Amino acid sequence: MSIGPVLILGARSDIALATAHSYAELGHPIQLAARKSETLQTAKEDLEIRYQVQVTLHDFDVLDLENQAEFIDALPELPEIAVCAVGVLGDQDSDEQDHLAAVQVMRANYEGPASILALLANRFEQRGSGTLVGISSVAGERGRATNYIYGSAKAGFTAFLSGLRNRLANTGVHVVTVLPGFVDTKMTENLDLPNKLTAQPSEVGEAIVRATRKHKNVIYVKPIWALVMTVIRYIPEPLFKKMRI
Amino acid sequence: MKLSGWGNFPVVDCQLSRPRNEEELANAVMASRAIARGNGRAYGDSALSRTNTIDMRKFNHMLSFDPETGQLVAEAGVLLSDIIAAFLPRGWFPAVTPGTRFVSLGGMVAADVHGKNHHIDGSFGNCVDWLDVMTPDGEIMRCSRAENTELFEWTMGGMGLTGVVLRVALRLRSVETGWIRQTTHVAQNLDDAIDLFEDTLDATYSVAWIDCLSTGETLGRSLVMLGEHATLDELPGTCRANRFPSVTAQKLGVPFNLPGFCLNQYSVRAFNALYYWNGQRGDTTSYVNWNSYFYPLDSIRDWNRIYGRKGFAQFQCVLPLDSARAGLNEMLKEISESGRGSFLAVLKRFGQQDSRFSFPMEGYTLALDFPMSDRSVSLIQKLGQMTAAHGGRIYLAKDSIMDAQSLRATDATRVSEFERIRHNSGAAERFASVQSERLKL
Repeated sequence: MSIGPVLILGARSDIALATAHSYAELGHPIQLAARKSETLQTAKEDLEIRYQVQVTLHDFDVLDLENQAEFIDALPELPEIAVCAVGVLGDQDSDEQDHLAAVQVMRANYEGPASILALLANRFEQRGSGTLVGISSVAGERGRATNYIYGSAKAGFTAFLSGLRNRLANTGVHVVTVLPGFVDTKMTENLDLPNKLTAQPSEVGEAIVRATRKHKNVIYVKPIWALVMTVIRYIPEPLFKKMRI
Repeated sequence: MKLSGWGNFPVVDCQLSRPRNEEELANAVMASRAIARGNGRAYGDSALSRTNTIDMRKFNHMLSFDPETGQLVAEAGVLLSDIIAAFLPRGWFPAVTPGTRFVSLGGMVAADVHGKNHHIDGSFGNCVDWLDVMTPDGEIMRCSRAENTELFEWTMGGMGLTGVVLRVALRLRSVETGWIRQTTHVAQNLDDAIDLFEDTLDATYSVAWIDCLSTGETLGRSLVMLGEHATLDELPGTCRANRFPSVTAQKLGVPFNLPGFCLNQYSVRAFNALYYWNGQRGDTTSYVNWNSYFYPLDSIRDWNRIYGRKGFAQFQCVLPLDSARAGLNEMLKEISESGRGSFLAVLKRFGQQDSRFSFPMEGYTLALDFPMSDRSVSLIQKLGQMTAAHGGRIYLAKDSIMDAQSLRATDATRVSEFERIRHNSGAAERFASVQSERLKL
């Protein structure tokens, strides 16, 4: 595998930075894209010192759809791999009462990520190579009362990735869907997560690098999640609707 | 959440916060009496606070490196293992390293750790140029040998009780390869081992493994292991091809707490095999990669679990040169008669050290583990009394047993000075660990 640049979209999150570390360790130059990217200066220097790779910072707002094409044009080089780690959990309870806030969560988890990957997909297809990695969520596998606003958007994103993979199957462009399950990050630091089901961000980063190298299509970071989600998918709806999980 | 040190004793229910920036850290520090925690490698309760334990591992950025001087500036939550992974391939190695690479920089400062080269290079503080410390008022103060000297000197070895270490500027050592030329000498007894240390003071690294079960004429029989950084030219071809060997994946692991009796059976056999093998061959020289030389236990993930659920206590003391021979003989006799200790103890010659509150002094340091039990506790207390009687000290990073009185029996002057400094700076109201409360520091 060549070691072309890796673009990390939504680079401030713990998973995004851990993924950047995993790729940089292999020698890939890194493009970190996030809002107020200048605040990632410390992260940039850390990556450069540790791995002696070039790291660049790029302002990127996933909801600024009009400027996404321009954003890609402004990158120093079209990346070999693009990882979309954009996502917001929202606050289910208050978002249920505020439909506009709910729509923002949906847009940030589906519309924005799908849009930027759509643009990148076309550039990669034209070039005839590249890997797109979408970090979606097990929450998208079945809607639950406790997080269906976030989950529905992730369901859309998962379906989008699957369709994109299907479309690009014979073009030299590969699409990886990542379903991390619980991860010990800032996003979840106020939740009480079960240890055995919870991955560290570094495990997600390593799993993503492995998946891109081995051309995996859909990965769960912790294998146990494949089992958990199979069970959850097969619970009959009349029963499921009464459960609180 | 339930937290403990590396010895799994004591286990304490602690409030833990994980600040991500200076502002969050300052809020945590100002909330109530706090202690910073790194990677949890202190053996006892040094990095535990019931009400306010601050996990520093989010402060894990390397900030700058100067290839001219080898100076690395990094945040306190950076692990030594990360530093080695990043810099050994470029020909740099920690100037001072403890026996595990899974320590945080902040923890290395707090305990002012030492390595097998203490007799030559001193403790970790010797390779630190400056520190950024969050003081009791939540402000960040840079300190070094030239500015804010008092803060620098008392923070080095101050067990996190003077402030929270935030950034460390340390100097790495330039090395030609990642290999160590190791020479192993057999010592028939403790006196023999001490003679060997005294005769080899110019060796860069030295350490001895002592058989704690031998008695009489062979009390303290040991293997004294000396090491030098190997140059590229001297390496045999197979090693030369792999100039900076990387850490191979950890294959061994201890998946759950083993019943306590397993330990001695394994280590007895391993030591005996080594001892007789070396005995027959005479002094042997071999090339060992950095990882197996400095961190033999790191390749057994979670090795602390071999002591079972009750955990273990480590005892480490240092005795001054003039009383070391007599004192250590006395201690080893006590240990071998009790049959309580780990089968192996580690002995090491310390060089001179002038520092405010750090553990090392010129003399000999002895370290060994005890499975946790009432009898172990009383033996450790007895060893503590012997340490005091011989003018020695106990290593706080290993301690989970001592009480306030026995600490002062070993270290009265320095302790009262430390208390005064903490009182004057306001640190006494701001920083406390389960250990500092136990020791009434």
